[in-house]
Amino acid sequence: MKRHAWTRLAIVLGVGMMLEVLCRAGAIPRLIMIPPSEMLASAWQILVSGQINSDLYFSLGNIALAVGLSVAGGFLVGLAIYSVPPLRTAAEPLLVSYSAVPPIVFYPMLIVLFGLGRIPQVVIAVMFGLIPMALHTISGLRRIRPVFWKVGRVHRLSALSSVLRIQLPAAGPYLFVGVTLAVSYSIIGVISTEFILSASGIGHQISSAYDNYDNRTMYGLVALLLGIATVLNSILYRYSRRMLNRWTR
Amino acid sequence: MHVQGLTRVYPGRDGRPPVSALGPIDLDLYSGEFLSVVGPSGCGKSTFLELLAGLAEPSAGSITFEGRPVRGCVPEGVGVVFQEDSSFPWLTVWENVAFGLESEGADRGEIKRRADYAVGFMGLTDFVKSYPAQLSGGMRQRVCIARTLVLQPRLILLDEPFASLDQQTRLLMGDELLRLWRETAATILLITHALDEAAMLADRVAVMSARPGRLLEVLPTRWPVSRDSRIVEDARFGAITARLWTILRDESMKAMGRAESKDPA
Repeated sequence: MKRHAWTRLAIVLGVGMMLEVLCRAGAIPRLIMIPPSEMLASAWQILVSGQINSDLYFSLGNIALAVGLSVAGGFLVGLAIYSVPPLRTAAEPLLVSYSAVPPIVFYPMLIVLFGLGRIPQVVIAVMFGLIPMALHTISGLRRIRPVFWKVGRVHRLSALSSVLRIQLPAAGPYLFVGVTLAVSYSIIGVISTEFILSASGIGHQISSAYDNYDNRTMYGLVALLLGIATVLNSILYRYSRRMLNRWTR
Repeated sequence: MHVQGLTRVYPGRDGRPPVSALGPIDLDLYSGEFLSVVGPSGCGKSTFLELLAGLAEPSAGSITFEGRPVRGCVPEGVGVVFQEDSSFPWLTVWENVAFGLESEGADRGEIKRRADYAVGFMGLTDFVKSYPAQLSGGMRQRVCIARTLVLQPRLILLDEPFASLDQQTRLLMGDELLRLWRETAATILLITHALDEAAMLADRVAVMSARPGRLLEVLPTRWPVSRDSRIVEDARFGAITARLWTILRDESMKAMGRAESKDPA
């Protein structure tokens, strides 16, 4: 493991141990927070008992669907906007402005349109994830070195081949930032909407545990969620490092 | 390749008058010859190459390659090597070289055979699995040349491909280019700002005027086909380079004078 990875681990362990000591010493009341060791023990019990398997699959399924739609939709929207310069000039500031609006504010409208359940959650998560993906697609395409376009023309590539074989990989590092944000925002979108728009999912279970003053379950689920988000982001981070190493070594 | 009355004018914008960038130029490029084009900075050398390649459209005049008109798209049989590094950083050396063949949908055996040959020819065999970022500037330019070579072009257009390299590497790359020219029998047109490079490599050197670039003179070098960079020791090399400079000096002064006149001071 490299030095910065050790430093990162030390920071996480240090914060965890500090919270552990503060909770055990009573500086943080149990009503507010349980010690991190109990959170982890609770997360493990929840995971191995299988009691929330259906909720876990429900949330992960929604997240996967939202990520897929955000990434594919964001790329196509970004590509379409980039390909029409007048549209690019007009639409890009709108997208930037829209990215400051939390899509959760649209949930009353989505309940009317789709009712409770999977669809409004995924729609809100996609509204979270699609815009950064589209913006990073535009940014990535704009930064493609002009000589690569010329190489495509010298090889007489079709428009589709040019997108797949040059534009997509050349914009890769920027697109990947968009993918990373789409994953993060999809997790945020799905879990946060499960608090209010769902009768299942990890977010719903966290909300139920909170309503029932069941701190142990609530923090166990939060720790589980943190673990899932950390694993997903670590995979993306490692892949992006590998990609950047190829480009800049 | 036959060029007649080739002209490029950039339309004026924001009330400014149109800019005449090139021409008119008349030139015949003969099959199998090596032609260099030199000219002062900003004279339209790269514009000239882009027009010949079909990457830009002329405002007037015509270009034909093997009897077919060139206008707005790159003809089959024409390869281009650009001034800046155009190797794809996301592909290995071998994948870069094989790029064109894969785009054409050649079968796997053919791709392997021709890419291996091009990689070996350009001395890149030990680096097939390396990424461009792991190579020097000269090696990356070799990758770009190999990517062009693998398609077996009958006409290779090179736009100052060695401009960013040091003098020794440029001389050696010049040798590589001459070897490529002899072994492939392709026609080569090399755009360069280096008079010694033009004089050393070419059968003929075309000298362009300051903007709008026109051909002032096409100077034959009469070098043997088997030449290499040791030709710089030949007394005629100095005479050719001196002649090129004599033609170009006034034009370069004009180009500089134009730049100075823009200076408000």
